[in-house]
Amino acid sequence: MSKAFKELGLEATPLAGAMPAFCASVPAAELRGLCEQARARKARLVALWGSDETSRRAGYALHLALGFPSGLLWVSVPLSREDPHYPGIADIYPSANRMQRATADLLGILPSADADRRKWLRHGAWPEGAFPLRKTVEASARFARGPDNYPFVPVRGEGVHEIPVGPVHAGTIEPGHFRFSIVGEKILRLEERLGYKHKGIEKRFEQMTLEEGAKLAGRVSGDSTVAYAWAYAMAVEGATGTEPPPRALALRGILLELERIANHLGDLGYLGNDVALSFGFFQFWRLKEDLLRIQAQLFGHRYLMDAIVPGGVSKDLTGTAGETLAAHLARIEREVVTLKSIYDEHAGTQDRFIMTGQVTPELAERMGLTGLAARASGIARDLRVDYPIPPYQQLDPRTASHVRGDVAARVAVRFDEIFESMRLVQALVRELPLGEIRTPVAAAGAGARGLGWVEGWRGEVLIALETAGANRIHRLHPHDPSWQNWPLLEHAVHGNIVPDFPLINKSFNLSYSGVDL
Amino acid sequence: MYQLLKQIAKTGIVTEPAPLSDAALRALEQRLGKLILKHFGRALAIRHVDAGSCNGCELEIHAMNSPYYNLEGLGIKFVASPRHADMLLVTGPVSRNMETALKRTWEATPDPKLVVAIGDCGCTGGIFGESYASCGRVSNVIPVDVAVPGCPPTPVAILQGILTAITPGRK
Repeated sequence: MSKAFKELGLEATPLAGAMPAFCASVPAAELRGLCEQARARKARLVALWGSDETSRRAGYALHLALGFPSGLLWVSVPLSREDPHYPGIADIYPSANRMQRATADLLGILPSADADRRKWLRHGAWPEGAFPLRKTVEASARFARGPDNYPFVPVRGEGVHEIPVGPVHAGTIEPGHFRFSIVGEKILRLEERLGYKHKGIEKRFEQMTLEEGAKLAGRVSGDSTVAYAWAYAMAVEGATGTEPPPRALALRGILLELERIANHLGDLGYLGNDVALSFGFFQFWRLKEDLLRIQAQLFGHRYLMDAIVPGGVSKDLTGTAGETLAAHLARIEREVVTLKSIYDEHAGTQDRFIMTGQVTPELAERMGLTGLAARASGIARDLRVDYPIPPYQQLDPRTASHVRGDVAARVAVRFDEIFESMRLVQALVRELPLGEIRTPVAAAGAGARGLGWVEGWRGEVLIALETAGANRIHRLHPHDPSWQNWPLLEHAVHGNIVPDFPLINKSFNLSYSGVDL
Repeated sequence: MYQLLKQIAKTGIVTEPAPLSDAALRALEQRLGKLILKHFGRALAIRHVDAGSCNGCELEIHAMNSPYYNLEGLGIKFVASPRHADMLLVTGPVSRNMETALKRTWEATPDPKLVVAIGDCGCTGGIFGESYASCGRVSNVIPVDVAVPGCPPTPVAILQGILTAITPGRK
């Protein structure tokens, strides 16, 4: 067991599964002390969620996933049935703010009174005092619509006015509300209000078997379907003690890197579009479409949905398919090299990219920025590199890292990662292990835990699973890196002009569906 | 600049022919007269509304803007406001948190207006179904003319749905 956890005075038990992970139980009174010490040891908050344990003759529980250098620590805090309160930790880990509020809306588990207790997911779909994720609420339950008054923070002063944007945006974008307080063209403050897409995903999981859940996991955030499907499979395999065959793991690596390439290609096109370089849009979207068509041809789905399943993968690369893929990627790579030099040398484009929407490394560290955006702000973290498990173990993946934290840096990380993912796919295709692609999933007893933790294109995707009896799901929390990164967008726009907001927003390209659940 | 022009010349025109309409996608009988459809067919303004999707369908709506499909060449344009739109392209099971926004968007769209529901979720509620947080399919909230299944439907399938909505009925 890890020394780090002993120093924290924790009895942490290892959790079976692909990634290094540990479980510990901590009383509510010790939660803040633990978080302060974890923070001092450079551990980051990966996720925070709650669960209803009343069906197991207990109360409720708060759960935290903390990322230590030695692995992930899953901390559970038992709370009483009558009074499920805990001391809030948003002053220690700022990203906990919205997670605490979502947990309060869904389960009635409340942080202490000094915490931000504004609602987050609830809007008007269910009234105050109703908690849809509690076990006493039937899946068929419907609530009367409650009022939806949200207390935005007002900004006052001479010449200050507000621009409310959304939930229905001007482009093809997911719904969310942005409240800008501006002077002239300059943004003084941005307040986000999300939750519009809340469609009860976590409750839905609890009506499913472990097998059925795979399809839903792949639709938490469609643009990261591979990352979620892999994380889900990893969690189920950990909980059931199933080991996927080596060929399946290599194929999963190929699928995940293809998803990264496809999303980065699309984003680079849109980032060109947002600075009026429509040439860039059409070129990158042509390449993305080429890639999507190859994916459809080889794996049966343009976005690779349902290709990863618990126990392995459902699609194999047979015959000369691997060579076909490698040849197409080599062609796309050559074109990306040309397009990169065009972007780099285009003065108008660079003028809009450089120093726009900056997140300094200090701010990124303090607020807990993660994933692609963090790597553009000097935080060189990447699960594929930090915890190299098969198939990444032998590939020695490189972390892209830039320090300026502006749109240009997030563009640069995307270019670097496209080239690195191309290299990884080529290497995986070349040395694809022989053998089966799927192994039967063992049966799970009640109360088995599993964790899936995967570096998707946007950042780390976490699935925390606890089983019920008969291969069903007691509680499943899917966690998107957008939880951590949305609050940083509010900071990144400070002092920028309103017309640069779409560009800055696109440079993060965060998921709404992934956090609204 | 030379490199940019060279790349454009090298790429050439990649646009492919558009699909034909498919009456099987119709959810409602064609309500609009030939004269209106003739105008829509040459300049159709679409407002996309994501009412709660997983964002998979949005990926394909974005992909429709790639040069392979050349939407604007077909007279189809995405617009920024429902007040400028002839058609709403709606994705997702409609989340209850988006129900009001979708209804208001529909009300803000001038008559005659068409609605095309996109994806398995838009057609049936899909894997999310109906729940405390989801109203299910789009037609549970606003009238739908054409429904395009798929998870997500391909750009060609979406385009086919759009063209079906502006094609005269058998009458």
